[in-house]
Amino acid sequence: MDLLNLFGKKPSTKNIAKERLKLVLIHDRVNCSTQVLEMLKTDIIRVISNYMEIDEEELDIQITQTQSEDSNGNVPMLYANIPIKSMRKVQM
Amino acid sequence: MSEVIVITSGKGGVGKTTTSANLGTGLAMEGKKVAMIDADIGLRNLDVIMGLENRIVYDLIDVVEGKCRLKQALIRDKRFENLFLMPAAQTKDKDSISPEQMTKLCETLKEDFDYIIIDCPAGIERGFKNAIAGADKAVVVTTPEVSAVRDADRIIGLLEANNLSRPTLILNRIRVDMVRKGDMMAMEDVTEILAIDILGIVPDDESIVVSANKGEPAVTDDNSKAGTAYRNITQRILGNNVPLMDLDVDNGFLKKLKRLFKAN
Repeated sequence: MDLLNLFGKKPSTKNIAKERLKLVLIHDRVNCSTQVLEMLKTDIIRVISNYMEIDEEELDIQITQTQSEDSNGNVPMLYANIPIKSMRKVQM
Repeated sequence: MSEVIVITSGKGGVGKTTTSANLGTGLAMEGKKVAMIDADIGLRNLDVIMGLENRIVYDLIDVVEGKCRLKQALIRDKRFENLFLMPAAQTKDKDSISPEQMTKLCETLKEDFDYIIIDCPAGIERGFKNAIAGADKAVVVTTPEVSAVRDADRIIGLLEANNLSRPTLILNRIRVDMVRKGDMMAMEDVTEILAIDILGIVPDDESIVVSANKGEPAVTDDNSKAGTAYRNITQRILGNNVPLMDLDVDNGFLKKLKRLFKAN
């Protein structure tokens, strides 16, 4: 066991740096600002709300990374978790 | 076969000019005929790092504008007769030269030189586009800091979009003590984030400041740690397989004591 841990060694800041970098690079690489993401979010809510009532509080839309199927690299992915409260009656 | 290598980074102050000077000098020490081009028009510095600032008569823009012949603007190094510097113009702006003119200049230099090292300015604008135009290969310099790594990622994307695929990385100014404490990203962390091949690692070293003061690149100093790192990188550019430098060579009393405890 590492003796240093006994004296309450602080968590390393390099992991904070890594996590922050990974997130900011995902946005940089797809050239998507938080502003654009906000606009996208508003539009998605508007369209979906035509058909169903959704829980806007619990809504989660973000850009993440996923393993590409045909190459080894990571590709950006739009992730959306939209809880449905109830369906609306849609006029056909 | 001649090769044009551009040294770039995106962010300023991470060591592009120092790297250019040391790799240019390192290759010359290996007997190669080398031309270094300072592409940082308006903010030239490769001349002072090389200690050649007093010898400048003509510059890159004079060549492009036809005010002198190419050979007249090439300054011979103080120590290595096979090493030359093409200084940038200090009083012109970056629009004084086009990417096409840079490409043509590189093509002409390739006839006479084994290696052409281009010191790219910071940024992603015209100066960057000029600097990479004639390059066959790109080397990205970064430090283990979030801002530098972020900019390096952007530069890698731009290089690949400009047909300079598979650039390699030099991780500069590593502080072993901080990496050990977990307060600085290690090489593995940076290469994982950037998904790029490593060309070399350079420790943070006071000898770089001293060598810049004197205008003598650290690569010529056998006692300099950073100098050794640059000599290793030079070998890799020449195609020789040299293991990455072991930066963890501190064998002080405390280190030994810590190891003893860790072993249990």
